[in-house]
Amino acid sequence: MNSVILSAATRILVSLMLVFSLFMLLRGHNEPGGGFIGGLLAATGYALYAIAHGAAAARRALRMDPRMIAMIGLGVALVAGLLAAVAGDAFLTGLWWFAGADGDSKGLPISTVLMFDIGVYLVVIGAVLTFVFALEEGD
Amino acid sequence: METVMAVLVGALVAASVYLMLRRNVVKFLFGLILMSNAANLIIFASGRLTQAEPPLVPDGLSEPAVQAANALPQALILTAIVIGFGLLAFTLVLVYRSWRVLGTVDGDAMRIAEGESPTAVPASDGKDGANA
Amino acid sequence: MTERANNGTDRPRPVRLSPASMGTVGLALLPAIAAALFLATLLPTIATGETVRLAVPWAPSMDVEFSFLIDGLSLTFGLLISVICIIILTYSSAYLAGHAHFNRFFLYLSLFMLGMLGLVLADNLITLFVFWEVTTITSYLLIGYDHASAKARRCALQALLVTGAGGLVLLAGFIMLGNAAGSYELSEILASGDLIRAHPHYGAILTLILVGAFTKSAQVPFHFWLPNAMAAPTPVSAFLHSATMVKAGIYLLARMHPVLSGTDAWIWTLTIFGAVTAIFASLVAIRQTDLKMMLAYTTVMALGTLTMFLGAEATVAVAAAVTFLIVHSLYKAALFLVVGNIDYSTGTREIGQLGGLARVMPITLFIATASALSMAGFPPFLGFIGKELKYEGALAIASEPVVVATTAVIASALMVGVAGIVALLPFYGKRTSTPKPPIEVPIRMWIGPLLLAVAGLAFGLAPALVADTLVQPAVASILGRPETVKLALWHGINVPLALSILTFSLGVAIYFGHWRLRKILAAIDARMISGDEVYDRCLHGLRWIAAFQTDWIQVGLLRRYIAVIFAVLALSVGATLVLRDAIALPDRWPDLALAEWGAAALVFAATIVVVISSSRLMAMTALGAVGVGVALLFLLFGAPDVAITQLLVESLVVILVAVVLLRLPHFSAVESARRWSRRRDAALALGTGTVVALVLLAVTQTPFDRSLTVFFEENSVPAAFGRNIVNVILVDFRALDTFGEIAVVAVAALAAYAVLKARPASGDGS
Repeated sequence: MNSVILSAATRILVSLMLVFSLFMLLRGHNEPGGGFIGGLLAATGYALYAIAHGAAAARRALRMDPRMIAMIGLGVALVAGLLAAVAGDAFLTGLWWFAGADGDSKGLPISTVLMFDIGVYLVVIGAVLTFVFALEEGD
Repeated sequence: METVMAVLVGALVAASVYLMLRRNVVKFLFGLILMSNAANLIIFASGRLTQAEPPLVPDGLSEPAVQAANALPQALILTAIVIGFGLLAFTLVLVYRSWRVLGTVDGDAMRIAEGESPTAVPASDGKDGANA
Repeated sequence: MTERANNGTDRPRPVRLSPASMGTVGLALLPAIAAALFLATLLPTIATGETVRLAVPWAPSMDVEFSFLIDGLSLTFGLLISVICIIILTYSSAYLAGHAHFNRFFLYLSLFMLGMLGLVLADNLITLFVFWEVTTITSYLLIGYDHASAKARRCALQALLVTGAGGLVLLAGFIMLGNAAGSYELSEILASGDLIRAHPHYGAILTLILVGAFTKSAQVPFHFWLPNAMAAPTPVSAFLHSATMVKAGIYLLARMHPVLSGTDAWIWTLTIFGAVTAIFASLVAIRQTDLKMMLAYTTVMALGTLTMFLGAEATVAVAAAVTFLIVHSLYKAALFLVVGNIDYSTGTREIGQLGGLARVMPITLFIATASALSMAGFPPFLGFIGKELKYEGALAIASEPVVVATTAVIASALMVGVAGIVALLPFYGKRTSTPKPPIEVPIRMWIGPLLLAVAGLAFGLAPALVADTLVQPAVASILGRPETVKLALWHGINVPLALSILTFSLGVAIYFGHWRLRKILAAIDARMISGDEVYDRCLHGLRWIAAFQTDWIQVGLLRRYIAVIFAVLALSVGATLVLRDAIALPDRWPDLALAEWGAAALVFAATIVVVISSSRLMAMTALGAVGVGVALLFLLFGAPDVAITQLLVESLVVILVAVVLLRLPHFSAVESARRWSRRRDAALALGTGTVVALVLLAVTQTPFDRSLTVFFEENSVPAAFGRNIVNVILVDFRALDTFGEIAVVAVAALAAYAVLKARPASGDGS
């Protein structure tokens, strides 16, 4: 597809979608969102980009083979689960660390649960884009 | 609402089965998509439908203030949707690939795995173990 | 020439290793050395009769512990395994130098060693079984190491099928044993022998476990896979198919001795199978012309002898088994490596082609001689003590001393003959021309076997070295009671000594008459049906059945399969609904808001369009509308997360389908079905839809148990620090499900990529 409006609009739209996807990922533990939704948003953004500019351009914009992203995501999720095992809990038990927590302030929550969700996010992006790019390119 | 949902799911299933029985594998694919939706709705309805709040805990409380929608089927469906997408995308790839290789989207014409004579027993020279 | 070596024949003989290969060897040696040292430090503890137990919970809900028990028996096996492994690894680093799959070999071998150690050290039946299978699989990989050869692949598969089938039988036996004893922990089972022997399932347990042990330890009639396993590289044969893995069955018999032995069934089964195996195998051994095959059959013979002696209760008989086990591992591993050396050096293992190697290969000759003397049971080697003990043990057996003693004498005499053939024929006589000009092997190939041979001599001269540390504790664990075992070279002039002299005379006669004997045996052999042929027929039959039922059930039409699946679903579920009187029709008109009616109507209408539309794009658009309608329903009933996911997935599906659909032919490209077939399909579809709708109605009218949801609602914030309960379930409470799910999605993507990017092999198509 070679629509000028589409190709111009997608650049902005894609960046917005990526930022929004990160927002959805990070707020997911407390509000609607999470790794699945965030990952799907980011993947949809890149899919639009691929339709407007071609799969090759989208691949370049992504900088990394989506299969690699999916595998990294799987690895991140696995490590998040194993950290609990290393700490002596059952595999995939959530470990929490509230950075700078004192008294009233809850601090910044950092957890293996978030890490796991980031893994989900990466797997969804990687897997969906593997499908999209491969089908877009045909053979 | 359960009654309407049941009728709706029945319609989706019927449409899906009918499409999956077509010779055109693209229609089969469409049937699969409908089946995926039907299955998700079944899980959703089995967890009971209420026009309730989303299953979110308000800030500062330790559990939902009012009766919230059932969270468990939602979690199940959420993963089911993504898995369903994976299945669909894979089927789509198979359809596309078989069109490229076999030149047809007619399921009845896709018989490449059948071979010449199905009852012919391969020679027992031990080759089949490794080449399969 | 049936058993030509698959390595070492037609290639130059590089010995130096690249740094990477040296790293591989070092990495493989590390666990072996560590295991050997660890076990050696336990020697003094175990010698005093104590046991060491280590346990980690594995699957506590199923009473499966990752537990290990080190007693005299497991320590003896463990030391043999780890020490011989070190020798084999060292040997292989030269024997296989320059081989294309050098690293893979060392990986397999290390894996095998760990599996074997786990097997003999396990204190839980299930753990033991898992390691048992590990050895089966690594054995498969190692036999089929030369995977380009169809013969090697066939032999590997055969070993896998025979021992794997035996493993399944064994698992059944273990489960029955665990149920009968009330525990899967060996240390507890071992204490409940009387209970098991009196248990109504004793016969079944015994049969199942014996089948497992007999397949693994190559007892007649399951023996045929072991000679075929000689397709593996010679160090593998020395390690797996002589010194260790095939003894796993023997280990099992010894381990189960306190639990299962003592009954007539045990005594007679083991004695008869052991005796038949021993005599049969030693006769077949003489018949061979390939040195390696000859050794393979003497291994079968040794396994038979061990089985026979484990049938007994007498302390001397069990001591004979343990001593012979150690002796056999030492000399047989060394002799296999000697054959490997000869093969490596000359390029052949055929007796007829070998002769006069003594001057070229003096070190190998020395090893061969020392090991063969131990095998033949000459004093002062440990083999002599082993043989004397066997005769003493045979005579001490109350029930059938004559059978056992006669078998032992015949088998030992044939072993003297084989020992002579292996150690004398290749080295003396006229120098023959061989495929390769013979050379002495490099140090890494003689140091290990030399150590084994010297150990056989040293232990013979100072038998207390093994008697107190290994034999006595092992005998005590097999019999389940403290025992005192003394080994000595000289027992005075008695019946065993007389039998020994008889053995030597017979053996020498066999050695000198082996050409004639071989001819007779070959003639008999040609008329007998071999286990190998039975195996082939079974496999052929299995393939025929598979082809027949595939032809019959699998018509190859997708529509047909789908129709069968849904017809079965509709009929079985529909019948259940009717029979259970579960059809619950609603009694009132649903009370819905306008938005809900709207969403439902959208889904309904769009579904119909998908079915009846003859345009691809129209159908696809309607499909998108269905998805949006479903998302609206999710949103209306308090599921925003699901609704967002559904919308996003729906848009991605539309994008993907659009991309593909534009390249596919129109719907009209496929001939549409005839009217009657469309009607039939519609009937099936409506039937299935109705049944599903009725099921959903019935389900939603049953009382609802909300306790699971309540748990998640109450614990989401206090325990998991998350206010979005759906997300907390996904990434915390049920994270393992999610992990499995993303793994599936990732694998689906990789598979799709492979399907799309793969080129057709023959270029038919794109």
